[in-house]
Amino acid sequence: MKEFLEGSRGVAEAVKLCAPGVISAYPITPQTHIVEELAQMVADGSLNAQFVNVESEHSAASVVLGAVAAGVRSYTATSSQGLLYMAEVIFNIAGMRLPLVLTCANRAISAPINIWNDQQDSVSLRDAGWIQLYAENNQEAVDFHFMGYRLSEDKSVMLPVMVCMDGFILTHGMETVDIPEQEKVNKFLPAYKPLYKLDTQDPISMGLLADPDYYLEARFAIQETLKSVLSFIPKVSEEFRNTFGRDYKDCLVEEYFTKDADKVIVAMGSVCGTIKEVIDELRKKKKKVGLLRIISYRPFPYNRVYEALKNVPRVAVLDKAVSLGAYAPLAVEVKAAFLGKKKSPKVTSSFVAGLGGRDITAHSIKEIFRKLTQTEVNSEFIDLKPELLTEEYGE
Amino acid sequence: MKEIRIHARAGQGAITTAALLGFAYFKEGMYPYAFPNFGAARMGAPMNAFVRVDSKPVRLRSQIYEPDYVIIVDPTLMRGYNCFSGLKENGIAIINAEENSEMPKLNARQRAFLIPANEIALKTIGRPLGNTALIGAFAAATGDLKLDFLLEVIGSRFTGKVGQANIEAVKQGYEYVRSINSKTSKEQGR
Repeated sequence: MKEFLEGSRGVAEAVKLCAPGVISAYPITPQTHIVEELAQMVADGSLNAQFVNVESEHSAASVVLGAVAAGVRSYTATSSQGLLYMAEVIFNIAGMRLPLVLTCANRAISAPINIWNDQQDSVSLRDAGWIQLYAENNQEAVDFHFMGYRLSEDKSVMLPVMVCMDGFILTHGMETVDIPEQEKVNKFLPAYKPLYKLDTQDPISMGLLADPDYYLEARFAIQETLKSVLSFIPKVSEEFRNTFGRDYKDCLVEEYFTKDADKVIVAMGSVCGTIKEVIDELRKKKKKVGLLRIISYRPFPYNRVYEALKNVPRVAVLDKAVSLGAYAPLAVEVKAAFLGKKKSPKVTSSFVAGLGGRDITAHSIKEIFRKLTQTEVNSEFIDLKPELLTEEYGE
Repeated sequence: MKEIRIHARAGQGAITTAALLGFAYFKEGMYPYAFPNFGAARMGAPMNAFVRVDSKPVRLRSQIYEPDYVIIVDPTLMRGYNCFSGLKENGIAIINAEENSEMPKLNARQRAFLIPANEIALKTIGRPLGNTALIGAFAAATGDLKLDFLLEVIGSRFTGKVGQANIEAVKQGYEYVRSINSKTSKEQGR
């Protein structure tokens, strides 16, 4: 049913429909209304789950790790410092091949302290072995949770999924969202049947020491699985379309007017909506511009990116995160997609915008198109205030 | 596409106001996107909430710089802030202000409505929370929202006595603007 909901509320409704047995979260900043809503549902008895309030995100992640290891579908949400505090456990959840869905309400990282939106938190955990899907709007944020559990728990995958949605812009934004019926969700997402679990009747050990004779193979196996996930995500997306009617195509990338484009921006998340608005406006003025939206950042769809951009003369990559001291994270991947290939854009420039909640406006996007000239630039910061860079301390 | 910018202080209910307006537009069959922008995240700090509404899903995710409408919940913000910054040529401002307050200087085609919303709220709700009176005034001033839908939305957000009191506040805000409008049109008729 179509409802007018806050993004966090929509996600809570989606999680409820997925019927996790254990939810664990640290309830204080940086947290969203998602777990607040879920705690309410559990308290009201409308969601039959155990809600474990813990003293830190490290514990929240540890609780859901343990719960999934015991064979129970589980859920947690966090963002920013909370996700970083989870980091050690985040790697363990993937390494132990435990299926889980976590919502990351994308927010900036300290210092300076900043509660606002960018994507530095989840991008910083790109190497953890998780599947990362980035939502453009709240409908996608909701839908990616159903797909997330479906992907994660498939016997061919057995890896966790992080649903990334822009903090405040989506989590605190209210818009129209279609919340599906329980029957449809049940049809799409069958009850979780663990391949392996902690069971006193049939004891096994998990997460043990793997010495140099074994560790390399464990990591190789995850790498190979994630490669195969690139062809599995489109299948899950097709199942999703058949059940719910919403079509995310291959759900790896979205192409928006890329076919005949002279200039294309590559980006992730809610900013893609703003970019689409600008493209519609510029297209009316006969400007051949387009957008390639990355949905699956991990695994990264190199071939799809190559196919979409190989004939585009100029590409701008917009990052809402930085890799301080190096090229911006998304730009690196896009550039890598063309290494050793026959065709490639003449120019692949990289721009950084929106850090710490700096508003990305239609004007910021036009500025990127304007600065996408024949001279390649790297990690050019958009909407920088030069007057703030002149302060001097001491003599 | 219509854009609304709400000026308030944290704790004055601007997010609820944006949500209620969004919900009313949703009932009208539109696609609203209501969202806050927090400042210092402290009670009393100036903050904005926004509603962007269109006949198709809203994709633009930036804040609102050229609003069609502004709602000023706390008039003390007009000192030191340009609450009317970027207001469209024929834009409308709904201002929570005491009666006989000074009219802000606006362009010829822009219109401002001064609503004694806190007074209405004290009479109806018993607390100086003028948001619902302002929402009623907004509906009358813009003609965008039907009063019936609005009352339905308020009734589903607030229940019991509080619901009744807020419904009364919406009606009084609505009527206040209607009486201003009829006075103006009579004057113009002379």
